[in-house]
Parts: sequence; structure tokens; C-alpha cells
Amino acid sequence: MEPYKSQIGQPVSRLEGHLKVTGTARYAGDYSVPGLLYGYVINSTITKGKIISFDTSRAKALPGVLEVFTHENRPSLAWFDLQYADMDAPPGSPFRPLQDADILYNGQPIGLVVAETFELARYAATLMDIEYEEEAFDTDLRSQQHLARSPKIGMATMLKPLPPKPKGNFEKAFNASPNQVSAEFFHGTEHHNPLELFATTTVYEGKGKLTIYDKTQGTINSQMYVANIFGLKFKNVRVISPYVGGAFGSALRPQYQLFLSVMAALKLERSVLVTLDRHQMFTFGHRPPTVQRTRFSADNNGIITALNHLAIGETSRFEDYTEVVVNWSHMLYPAANTLMQYKLVELDVYSPLDMRAPGGVTGMHAIESTIDELAHKSKIDPLQLRLTNYTEIDVSLNRPYSSKELRECYLQGAEKFGWDKRNPEPRSMRRGNKLVGYGMATGIWEANQLPAKAEAILTGDGKLKINSAVTDIGTGTLTVMTQIAADELGLPVEDVEFAYGDSKKPFAPIQGGSFTVSTVGSAVKAVGAAMRKKLFSIAKKMKGGVFDGADLKDVSFEGGRVFITNDRSRSVSFQEIIAANDNKPVKLSKFSVPSILKLKKYSRAAHSAVFVEVEVDEELGVINVTRAVTAVAAGKIINPKTARSQILGGMIWGISKALREETIQDDGLGKYMNQNLSEYHIPVHADIHELDVIFVDEKDTVVNELGTKGVGEIGIVGMPPAITNAIFNATGKRINQLPIHFDMLL
Amino acid sequence: MNNFTYKRAESIEDALAQNNSGGNSSYLAGGTNLVDLMKYDLTRPDSLVDLNRVDGHHEIYETPEGGLLLGAFVTNADTAWHPIVEERYPLLSKAILAGASAQIRNMATNGGNLLQRTRCYYFYDANVPCNKREPGSGCSAIPGYNRIMAILGTSESCIAVFPSDMCVGLAALDATVHVEGPTGSRSIPFADFHRLPGDTPEIDNTLLPGEIITGIELPANGFSKNYSYLKLRDRNSYAFALVSVATGLELDGNVIREARIALGGVAHKPWRVREAEEFLAGKTADAASFGQAAEIILRGAVGFPHNAFKIELAKRAIVRNCMMALDPESQLPGAQPSV
Ligand SMILES: Cc1cc2nc3c(=O)[nH]c(=O)nc-3n(C[C@H](O)[C@H](O)[C@H](O)COP(=O)(O)OP(=O)(O)OC[C@H]3O[C@@H](n4cnc5c(N)ncnc54)[C@H](O)[C@@H]3O)c2cc1C
Ligand code: SF4
Repeated sequence: MEPYKSQIGQPVSRLEGHLKVTGTARYAGDYSVPGLLYGYVINSTITKGKIISFDTSRAKALPGVLEVFTHENRPSLAWFDLQYADMDAPPGSPFRPLQDADILYNGQPIGLVVAETFELARYAATLMDIEYEEEAFDTDLRSQQHLARSPKIGMATMLKPLPPKPKGNFEKAFNASPNQVSAEFFHGTEHHNPLELFATTTVYEGKGKLTIYDKTQGTINSQMYVANIFGLKFKNVRVISPYVGGAFGSALRPQYQLFLSVMAALKLERSVLVTLDRHQMFTFGHRPPTVQRTRFSADNNGIITALNHLAIGETSRFEDYTEVVVNWSHMLYPAANTLMQYKLVELDVYSPLDMRAPGGVTGMHAIESTIDELAHKSKIDPLQLRLTNYTEIDVSLNRPYSSKELRECYLQGAEKFGWDKRNPEPRSMRRGNKLVGYGMATGIWEANQLPAKAEAILTGDGKLKINSAVTDIGTGTLTVMTQIAADELGLPVEDVEFAYGDSKKPFAPIQGGSFTVSTVGSAVKAVGAAMRKKLFSIAKKMKGGVFDGADLKDVSFEGGRVFITNDRSRSVSFQEIIAANDNKPVKLSKFSVPSILKLKKYSRAAHSAVFVEVEVDEELGVINVTRAVTAVAAGKIINPKTARSQILGGMIWGISKALREETIQDDGLGKYMNQNLSEYHIPVHADIHELDVIFVDEKDTVVNELGTKGVGEIGIVGMPPAITNAIFNATGKRINQLPIHFDMLL
Repeated sequence: MNNFTYKRAESIEDALAQNNSGGNSSYLAGGTNLVDLMKYDLTRPDSLVDLNRVDGHHEIYETPEGGLLLGAFVTNADTAWHPIVEERYPLLSKAILAGASAQIRNMATNGGNLLQRTRCYYFYDANVPCNKREPGSGCSAIPGYNRIMAILGTSESCIAVFPSDMCVGLAALDATVHVEGPTGSRSIPFADFHRLPGDTPEIDNTLLPGEIITGIELPANGFSKNYSYLKLRDRNSYAFALVSVATGLELDGNVIREARIALGGVAHKPWRVREAEEFLAGKTADAASFGQAAEIILRGAVGFPHNAFKIELAKRAIVRNCMMALDPESQLPGAQPSV
């Protein structure tokens, strides 16, 4: 027998990769059920006001159009806000599609055409005669800053703590410090734009029963939402989402196509598919525009003395969306005087929505740019400044970190990048007609864990099946969970099936915040451990007494067998155990709950150090990120291949955020103007050059059973400031508005 | 998108007849622009006459006069990679390849490229005023976000840009457009093909209703020794030009015998200023001369709040591109692009 290799830490390729690249994997909009009807959404063309009249008769007259739903003829629905709230709902009153005649934002869904073909539904949607009464609106954050107020507190604040209380005396300490920096930052709106369009296929099964294929980051979240609003029994609503073509937070909340598809299916008693088009992908959540002001100071030894960070974010008029923007600097830099402020401005837009590293990537850009400027002013190397202020404890909460190998990230990243070759003088490095700049930044993202359940079944053929409701949003969840289960029972990956993406399966929370491996992985590990115990207890009772006198701690599980660790000749196969169990499969489930008491004593976070080289064409302004190295400490890396892909994706998104991507907003019209992928610029191949990822060893026995911290967001947070700092080094210009357009450097 | 009938034309005569058979009909070539416009419900033809199977005009061949004729129905990709185009008109090849994406160039045709519509955001949004889409409704771009708009030849009714890269190359090369229409055939010098918006921005060009582009003729001189195409945009590929420059030079040592400079991304048509080209004739080929020419070319340019940078950017791009044209090596396939 080959020596057994732990499945954890293996670069296993995505198990569903072949299905995806051959087009075999079916997404929410790919289920052709008999008699399927197609819905197309009608969106408001004004920003604020009321619908005065809504004449659908021209559309209804078309043969093949079954119904046009509007606020006037929709079925009656749930009454209370709570019934519309989902697992990710911020405090406030969730948006209710087709509720009434009121228009709250541009692009609001105001109707649904249902027809026999998609093309017909789309055409019919152009035949509406709608009269509006328009009202004045405001969509411009910058001009409305004076209205900023504190956010409301709600359930969401549990995972998104408000800023910590002030420490010391910021103003006094700042004013007394020899090195002071203040800066203002602006980030515009961004839209998630996953490749897969939002779609829901509601299969009408009769008798109040529905099977729903939904694009979602949480099958149970969608199930609860549908059951609550439409007054259905939980068990009669089954939500399936085996493949998700990217989501990045946009599917953390049920979107309006789910609501409309279910509403139409129940009313018409037919199966209905509603797909949004790319334009409509800009008519629900987005990353909010944010204004930030920082004031940081240091003494002459480079010790940071005072930190002030203010963020003013956009929210809608109906919900208080918040994110953690200003809490990070004090987690990294132990200043004695701090003042952290976070405020919201209500505007006539849809509620913002978590988008990859929500708040973190926003805040860290301001923080790490300001730190860079502080280093420049203090004439200290930016890396040295960070090392001088390095801390093993999170002073913002006075707790030690459960583990923190950030120093190693700094050192290994700097070494690999060649940071020592940097000339700190801006505009001093050149390559041909290009200015060259080096920049660096720190990244941080919290490591959380939520409760989840998993079920394990071992069958007569010795194979293991694990069930969980969790989705795989393209991150590699399927592969990684399979590895964790395989490892726990010493099976090869091929003998483990991870079945997921189905609300009928055991509970998993929404998939986001980089907590899925820690959350669902812990449940999988727990149920795997329980399975080992159970198998051993059956084996012990088997005839022959192979394990007489042995305890669970004396045995190992490898290659589908249990054996005495010190005497491999004493062994039993899984098949034999199941045979001894009257040929009945062994089935059990486990709830895994984070050990709050233990966790409360620590701060838990993944860290990164990012090093970037840019070339800037001096005359034309054109910027290229020619090299980037990210060194990550994120606890145990279950699968270095999928983890590396996550970090690379984050780095590319960081390039996008710094230099490419923006939702263009016309505040005079109160709407977004580039609602397509031709004008909403994300990087193309030609924008991406050398990218390097280092995983630094990090042992963490506190964070969870697996010692994992999650890698979904840490890849993006440090990238934008590292890029803007490199641009400063290249050009001497500090541009604090993202994305940086090349003409800003002319 | 509305319902429409689809007809496949066998010949130009057939296409003209089908198009004339009443109603609101459109010619379909690669469809890369037309079908988008239909999907956005910005145009509602009730019939499409497909030109792709018309006999003839699918070839590229050398003319007895020493030039080259590009069939209207040849794809942008086949044109850019055609051996004669690559060898004798590499400026055109470069301009085409700077545009769109490989997939789109595989579908897009030479005729269609000349007739693509502007990419003004407001033109593509049927719910906001736009004089080009709906004459008399107003222009949303002037008070709006005008980063991608024009700085030359604008009018009070429209500041949109004609987005083609290929046409910037064709303008520099002094191409001629051959068309056939209900009343016979004619040839239009490239400079007269596209027009400025004036107070009729709904009209992009001088093609008459029903006319079909059959070919584009290039004169003998392709400036194949000293040429360059430079495109500045918001990402390194697959984005329209904020400013682009096509340059062709004839040199006598380091003295300029003839110069061609056309700009894209700055006006309602590819922008050429003869006066600047005449100025350069006889001058030393250096940054100083090109800089002076750039001043002439940008004379009269007016910026809007979000695009005033284009004026200075265009001047610098002209100088850079002309300098690149002096260095044929920088133009070879695989050479590091300058930006
Ligand atoms: C996402 C995207 C990015 C792009 N980026 C660029 C870019 O960077 N640079 C660039 O230059 N272009 C770009 N393009 C535009 C592309 O080059 C044009 O869409 C294409 O050239 C149009 O050619 P077609 O054959 O597909 O025309 P169609 O879409 O078929 O037709 C366009 C118009 O021309 C008419 N027509 C077509 N052929 C004839 C003919 N022979 N006679 C008379 N009328 C005719 C049609 O009726 C229609 O009105 C981009 C397009 C897209 C969708
Ligand atoms: S610039 Fe021209 S195309 Fe754009 S909105 Fe104004 S009129 Fe329309």
C-alpha cells in the first residue's frame, strides 16, 4: 500500500472543473422544464416619484403573453418587514418588489411580463404605457455629506461591529506630533457583475409545492425568504443552487428575480424562469460610494501616535447598510490616541450590498495610503514604519491575535519582490521612457466562524457521502469540503461525495465573508470525526476481536480501512464494518458551533503584505502594474491551488479597483450610465502581468478545529493602496480617488 | 427587440430591391452593432436584409491603379491579417487590430465598421434625451458625464464621437468608399464620408437611404515604411479610444516628404487637418516639428468638464505616435507597444 498522504494541503484540481469548462454544469437559468414560461422585468425609468397610470394592454394583446404583473394586480403578500428580511438584511425596511406605486430608485422593478418565450416577454416589456409623477431626488454622496448621520444598529452589526470608542486624546496628540498627514479619499459606486446573470427557475409542483433553481449564496436564505413572503410551508419550498457563476456578495441577499419568479409561478400555477439581463444587473445592490478622511501622526522614531479615520458611506432611504471601514487601522497600529467615525448618507438609490471585502478594501486603501505618506514625510522606509509599529495584540480591543504571521508576510514578500532595490525618492527609477515605482501595503480581514450542520453517510461500498445546504460560488467549496471529509476518514478524494447546494440538506449559513471553510468545513470535520468513532465502535464489536483492548486513539483510518496504528496487520475494512452493521449504511449528522467563550478572548484575522511595481508612461500617463507579490498568512491552507486562485482573483480585482472599474453615475439624471460590460471596465488579459502568491506558514489552534482563516477577501484588500503607493513612488503624485484614470497623471 | 422578417439577399440588386419593398428595413452585415441596437430597443427595423451571402465584394484584390480594394463584406479580422494589407498597408492592419476584440473582429465587416454608431452612453439609454437618437429631445452628454465625448467639431446639439479605429487608418490613407444605391453607383472620398453633427446629429454620414457600401479602395501609397497607430484608452484592450492617432510618413533621410495624421476619439468623424500635414512637408522629422503640427491639429479644440484633458493628451499622443513612426522596428509584430 502506498504511504498515506493527508488530503489537507493537496493542490486538488476543482472536482467540477470539467463540467464547467465543457458547458455541462447547469446554472439556475439552465433548467428546461416542461411548459416553462419566461418572465421579463419592467424597470422604472424615473428615479423618484409615483406611478400614476400603468397601461399594459398593448402587451397583453400579444398572442403568447400570459400576464403582466404590476403593483395593481399582484397577489396579496406578506405584511411585515420581518417577513421580507433575509440573513443579510441590514436594519430597516427591506425593498418589496411591486409593493405599491412609489418609485424609490432608478431601475426599480415595477412589473413582470410573463410569456411563452423570452424574446416575446422582452418585446412585450417595451410596449408599456406608464405615466409617472416625478419628484426631486438626490444620488450624489459628495454634495449631501452634510446630512451624514450615525447608522442604526441591528442584527447585521454582530458581524459588522461599529467603530470602537475613542482612545486617549486624538486632537492633542495629533497636534503635538512632529509628523502629521491628513488626506481625503473618494471611491465611487461599483457593481459586482458576476459573469452569470441572476436567474430563478421556479418549478411549480402543485399543491403549494415549489422547487426553485436560484442563483444564490445561500439556499436556506432563499428558502426562508420565499416561505415567509408567500406563506408557504418550509418543507414545501426547496431551493437548489448547485453551480453559481460568481456572485462576490451580490447573491447574499435574495434578489428581485426570485420574488417575481415565485410570485408568477404561484399565481399562474406554471413553472416560470426569470432572468435579468446585464443592464438589470445594475438595478440591485452595489458597493457604496464612500468619502473618507484620515489624519495620522508619528513621532520622530516613526512610532504612530494618533489615528483618526472618518468614513461617510451611501445607503438607501429604506435600509441602513453598513460595512466595517474605519476599524482596521487600530487593529494593525497600536496608537495611544484614536478617533474612529462612521456615518451614512441616505440617497435615492437601492441599498448597497456586500461586495468582496466590503468595507475592508475601502478602508485599507485610505489607511495604507496615509501610512505610506507618513513614512514619506518621516523619511522612513514604508516597510520599516510598519515593522516599527508591529503588534501581536489587537489594541483596538485589547486582545491577543489567535495567530499573526504578518511579520513573515512582510519579510518573505519583500525578499521575493526585491523591495531593497527601491529608491524612496519619487520619480527616481526609470525604464526607457517609463517611470518605475515600488509600493507596498498591508492587508487584513477578519476570520469568522458561524454555526453549521453536516451529515455523513458511509455506504456498503465503503464510500462516504457528505450533505450540506452550502453553495459553491465558484471558490472551490466542493473540492475543499471533499478534501476535509476524505482526510478525516483517510479516504482518497474519489471515494468521497460532497452533495451541496440544496436547502433540503443540513443547515449552512450564507456563503460570504471568507467564513465558509471555517464554518462548513468545521461541521464536515466534526461529522467525519463522529463517523470515525461510530465505525470504530461497530468494528470493536465485530467477530474475531481484531480491536480487543484497543481504543479509538490507538487506531488509524487509511485507504478505507481501520487498523491498529502500531500493528497494521490488525485491520478491518469499511465494507466489513458496514456488513457487520447488518449491511445498513451508517448515517449521522453533527452541528458545529464556534466556541464563543474561547474565541472571545482573541482577535482573529488573516493578514497579507502586498508589493507592487508599476510603470507609468511619463508623457501619456498610461499605468501598468508590471509585477505584484502578495504574501498571505491565513492559517491552514486546505488546498493551495484553489486558495492561490482566490488570491490571484483578489489581486486582479485590486488592479481593477485601483485602475479600471467604476459605475458611472449621472447625478443630474439620478442613474447609472454604463450598465454593460463594454463600458463597465474590468481588467482584460493585456492588463495583467506578473502576479505572485506566497502562503506563509501559520498555525492557529484557536480559530477553529481546522486552523483555517479563509482566503476569499484577503487577496484584494492590500492591492489598491500598494498600487497607489507605487504610483506615488513613480510619479510623486498621490491620487486618492479610485479608479485612477491615466489622464490624472498628465 | 421587436419581431422582424429576415431576408437573405443573393446580389446587390436583390438587396436593393428587397430593401425597397416598403416598410422600415435595415441591412445586416456582421450584426455586431445592429443587433445590440435592436436588443436595446433603440432601433426597430421590421425587416432585415442580410448582405452576407451577396455574390461578390467578399474579396481583397489589387487594383490596376496599384491600390487595393477591400470588399465591403470581408471581415475586419480577414482584412487585418490579409498578407497584402499586412505588407503594404500595415497602418490599417494595426488600426483594425486595436479595435474591439478578436471575437467581434471575426464577425464585423468592413462596410459595417464605417456605419457603426457612437458609443455615447446617453445614446444607448432610450430613457434620457439624446438629439442623435431622438432629434430635438436635447443632449444629455453636454451637462452630463462627458469624459468620452468630442473636443473638435462639436455642436450645441451633439458632442458625440465616432468610435471606429479602422476608419482612422482609412482616413489617414485617403481611402475611397464605393457605394451602390437605388439610383446607381458612386464613390465617396473618405474625408467626405462621415460628417460633423451640426444641427442634424441624427445623420452620421453622407450615405443616402438605401445605399450599400460595396468596397473601400486604398490608393497605392500605404506608408508601409514609416507608420504607427497609437490608441489611448481606459484599459489595454477591448475599450474604445479616448484618443487615437494614425500616422504615415514619407521620409527623405530625416526630412519629411509627406505626412498623414488622423485622430480618433476626438470628433464625430476621423479628424484630419491638411494644414498640419502641409506644414510638416519639408520639415525635419523630430519632436519639435510634430509638436507644432499637433498645435495646428488641435486648433479650435474645446473641452467639456470631464474631457478637457483630451486636448493635451491628443497633442502628446500625436508627437509620440509620429516619433514611433520613425522607428519601424517598434511597429513589428511582437514589438513592445510603447504604452
Ligand atoms: C463590445 C464592443 C466593442 C467594440 N470595440 C471597438 C473598438 O474598440 N474599435 C472599433 O473600431 N470598433 C469597435 N467595435 C465596433 C465594431 O467594430 C463594429 O460593431 C463593427 O465594425 C460593425 O460591423 P458589422 O459588420 O457587425 O455591422 P452591423 O452591425 O451588421 O451593421 C452596422 C450598420 O451598418 C449597416 N451596414 C452594414 N454593412 C453595410 C453595407 N455594406 N452597406 C450599407 N449598410 C451596411 C447596417 O444596416 C447597420 O446599420 C466594438 C463593438 C462592440 C460590440
Ligand atoms: S452627445 Fe450626441 S449622442 Fe450623446 S446624448 Fe448628446 S446628442 Fe445624443
